[in-house]
Amino acid sequence: MTGTLAAIGAGLAVIGAGIGIGNIGSKAMEAIARQPEAVGDIRSNMILMAALIEGAALIAIILAFFG
Amino acid sequence: MQRFYRTLSGMEIKRLFTLVLLLAATLSFGQDHDHADHEGHDHGTHEEETHDDNGHAGGHHDVCTFHHEVTPENFSAQQIAFHHIADANVYSIGPLQLPLPAILWSKDGGLDFFLSSKFDFETLGHGTGYNAHNRYILDGGSIKRITDPSFPDGTVRLDGLKHKHETTDKGKDKEVTYVCYNGNEYRTDAESTLDAGMFGGGITSFHDFSITKNVTAMIIVFLFMLWVFLKVAKAYKTREGKAPKGLQGFIEPIFLFMREEVLEPFLGDKSDRYLPFIMSLFFFILSLNLFGQIPFFGGANVTGSLSVTLVLAVLAFLVTNLSGKKDYWQHIFWMPGVPAWVKTILTPVEFLGMFIKPITLTLRLFANITAGHIVVIIFVSLIFIFGNVGTSPVGAYGGAVGSTVLTMFMMAIELLVAFIQAFVFAILTTSYIGAAVEEHHH
Repeated sequence: MTGTLAAIGAGLAVIGAGIGIGNIGSKAMEAIARQPEAVGDIRSNMILMAALIEGAALIAIILAFFG
Repeated sequence: MQRFYRTLSGMEIKRLFTLVLLLAATLSFGQDHDHADHEGHDHGTHEEETHDDNGHAGGHHDVCTFHHEVTPENFSAQQIAFHHIADANVYSIGPLQLPLPAILWSKDGGLDFFLSSKFDFETLGHGTGYNAHNRYILDGGSIKRITDPSFPDGTVRLDGLKHKHETTDKGKDKEVTYVCYNGNEYRTDAESTLDAGMFGGGITSFHDFSITKNVTAMIIVFLFMLWVFLKVAKAYKTREGKAPKGLQGFIEPIFLFMREEVLEPFLGDKSDRYLPFIMSLFFFILSLNLFGQIPFFGGANVTGSLSVTLVLAVLAFLVTNLSGKKDYWQHIFWMPGVPAWVKTILTPVEFLGMFIKPITLTLRLFANITAGHIVVIIFVSLIFIFGNVGTSPVGAYGGAVGSTVLTMFMMAIELLVAFIQAFVFAILTTSYIGAAVEEHHH
């Protein structure tokens, strides 16, 4: 039972992170389309932001399985 | 950025992909062979069908033995995955099993230093030793110690191991290994952990400082990097003013990319001061990530081990906070320009954030690399799941085809992840340092 609950918790965390990273990706694509010359800056900022969201999701997953 | 892409164009990408596909294919077929050999073992020890009610199918029986037969009922891909990502006291290169030095210290036994071959571990096994040496045993890749002082010292042949489930005082379920010797059962301590049991691992009577598989992999990578960077550095001296060549041409674009896209935007004119630290972090993590991808060469999961990523994150934490300027501390403890009641909320949040940053650095690298390794092993396990662990050859062949394709795909993704995670660790550390050394003008 606890295993199932942990899996549901991990799944919920991943849904949140998925929405967040999806948003970042879509906005970054729009920004690159608008300003192709800024592609380098946009890409590194995109990865940075995605990493920050991923961090929150990872904490949730770790807590779900080990907490 | 552009320069980075130009070096990786056309031919190189094709070559890179061929290499990845080749590696993935050898891995999946090699694993197949390994496990087929396991099942081929017939040691005449047929145990009763014991199912523990904890759902830990496979492996844990109430019978004193070294071997357990793999049957479709007790086959557990999860267990195999966790075994393969764990650290071990054996370094395996293909079929070769190299023993590594075990360095153990206990209060009553003093310092012990011996090669792990003393344990007489299985040649194709899962890191279980047939022998006990000075009351230490090798069980499932980790060293444990027999608690009873009456157990004889020196190298002793064991009758078998037994895994029992026990409930601790706090009501938690724990697995304890018992050693069978001369008709008696001896209880063993849990394995020694980095935290000395403070976080629930159980306090052990000994400390394990062994040169394990991960440490060996780190030493190999360290020597390799030393050779590469000394060679490249020398090339800049001898070939001054000429175009980069060979290794130099491979390292230079990555180095320049990191300096221009990571260090300079965040650190500006201070970037030269932190360049050695960030570059060391980046190249160390990148090399270890890639090294862990090589099949048949230890397959060490170094950056997927929490202790390694924790130490890297603590280094980043120390460098960030030791180089923190007045403005940095002011922004944490007494944010200027906000009302006093907001400060009471903001200060604890900022203070916690100081520690959450290295924790997320630790977990991100650990989880990404470990997840990749687990997925690869689970895909390889598909062969055994479809083949019903050797009973259905047709299913096994079908599973092998599917598993090869999926493993190849996953290994290609993992190659990308190896670069991205090294980059993310470096860029986040740089941004934390950048925030710490920044001077504000209010």
